Amino acid sequence: MAISLTHYLVVAAILFTIGVAGIILNRKNIIVILMSVELILLSVNINLVAFSSARGDLTGQVFALLILTVAAAEAAIGLAILVTYYRNRGSIAVEDINAMKG
Amino acid sequence: MHPLSFSIAHALPETVLAIGALALVLVGAIRGEKSAGLVAELAIGVLALALVVIFVGAKSSADVFEGAFVDDQFARFMKVLVLIGSLVSLVLSRDFLQREGIDLFEFPILILLSTLGMLLLTSANSLISLYLGLELMSLALYVVAAFHRDNLKASEAGLKYFVLGALSSGMLLYGASLIYGYAGTVQFDGIAKALTAGPQIGVVFGLVFLLAGLAFKMSTVPFHMWTPDVYEGAPTPVTAFFASAPKMAAVAITLRVVTDALPGLAHEWRQIVMFISIASMALGSFAAIGQTSIKRLMAYSSIGHMGFALVGLAANTAAGVQGVALYMAIYLVTTLGVFAVILAMRVQGKAVETISDLSGLARTNGWMAFFMAMLMFSLSGIPPLAGFFAKYYAFLAAVQAGLTPLAVIGVLLSTVAAFYYLRIVKIMYFDDPAPAFDVAPLSVRVVMAVSTALVFLFWVYPAPFVTAAANAAKAFAF
Repeated sequence: MAISLTHYLVVAAILFTIGVAGIILNRKNIIVILMSVELILLSVNINLVAFSSARGDLTGQVFALLILTVAAAEAAIGLAILVTYYRNRGSIAVEDINAMKG
Repeated sequence: MHPLSFSIAHALPETVLAIGALALVLVGAIRGEKSAGLVAELAIGVLALALVVIFVGAKSSADVFEGAFVDDQFARFMKVLVLIGSLVSLVLSRDFLQREGIDLFEFPILILLSTLGMLLLTSANSLISLYLGLELMSLALYVVAAFHRDNLKASEAGLKYFVLGALSSGMLLYGASLIYGYAGTVQFDGIAKALTAGPQIGVVFGLVFLLAGLAFKMSTVPFHMWTPDVYEGAPTPVTAFFASAPKMAAVAITLRVVTDALPGLAHEWRQIVMFISIASMALGSFAAIGQTSIKRLMAYSSIGHMGFALVGLAANTAAGVQGVALYMAIYLVTTLGVFAVILAMRVQGKAVETISDLSGLARTNGWMAFFMAMLMFSLSGIPPLAGFFAKYYAFLAAVQAGLTPLAVIGVLLSTVAAFYYLRIVKIMYFDDPAPAFDVAPLSVRVVMAVSTALVFLFWVYPAPFVTAAANAAKAFAF
């Protein structure tokens, strides 16, 4: 069976769904949320590279490289904010983020 | 292909901010801890310079940087709003940061960087520049939300904003990847061309995800959950900044994406925008009623106002764009005035932020009560104040476009919203006085007075603003 564009798109869609589910269903730990965010961004990269290759157009791969760079910056900022939060709260459990009612 | 000098001439405000921000990092690093005041003053200067550059710079429209960046009337109009929002927030922040002991030189630099991101976003003409502008804006905003790092509420606000913001940029990116894949290009004009044959299901999917991401940045229902918590937890000047500048950029890019890139999907995106608009107006009106914190109340108020502004966008006409541009301008001026009042709420050096702290203000500080009352009347849309004209132009465009039910729903919900604005006026004028506020710093009093004057006297000479908004709308082909 040849692997077509659709297969890549399905894998990306599954990864994206797992990532979103990880953020919404997760009740334990904020680190898991950060991992889920990375999963979402990587599923987007699979999409872009698959489209780029299928269409013979390099723009998608340029976009994917830029996303990788920004994702690194985003993770760094997220972890930094998490550290300041841990210093104030002494916990990074999702259920403990309740100083303000949402 | 344009020569570099031509491209730079059209991106001069961004160039000024980029060089200014980098130079200020050096100033801060060399002069060390004591440089906060100097860096803040220089940052205000850089923002003012960028404003001047927009007014004296290129007046023509052009796509530069290989079509990634567009400079037109609409972009310049929204950039002026963004820069005014950032500049005034920075001016308001000085006194607050010093009192709270978080007067660090990084703060003005982060404001400059996120303003740079907003300008890029306003001028974005491809999905890649949209994403990069959006992230430059958001990454700096996450940090300023948590800027009071020894404060539990501020760091929690930063954390919530980061997690939900990262999720929303993930959704936006997923949408962008689908649009790229099925339209075959990331350029807005190319996407529009690819859709002339009719809607494609892949692009429609992409549109939904893209609008979800943008709705988050505009803080509209159903992606508004972060707004009250972040507004409450973040330091007050940061909240003032959140309520002003980023909204201008988010609305500008939403408008540009749907009108420039997706006119072929007008039927689809108008339904989504109408839903978002009605839901935001309803939530903003009803959920604000039970609030006790003035910052949370302003959060729900801002959600409602984004809904009103989107009424103009749903019209999908030049008059609608004019309505949106004018709405955002008037909302910006009013919001900055309200936050100046909130920043002036200090009793014996301690910031207070519940609505009951305002009670009897008319007897302890008559002018401040008058300013706040006028701003509240304007937010609720009572003529002849500016807020009435903002709603008038947005609803008029909707009626002309055949969306009378939407306009009627908007008017009805704005009367619901008037309840909690007028309740604040009642508390200030008829309740027993709470402890008097300290004398506010000069900058805060000036912002309050100027904002109220603009809102109060708008009807005397509205022509320049209305004309500017109408010219901004000419940037789009309808």
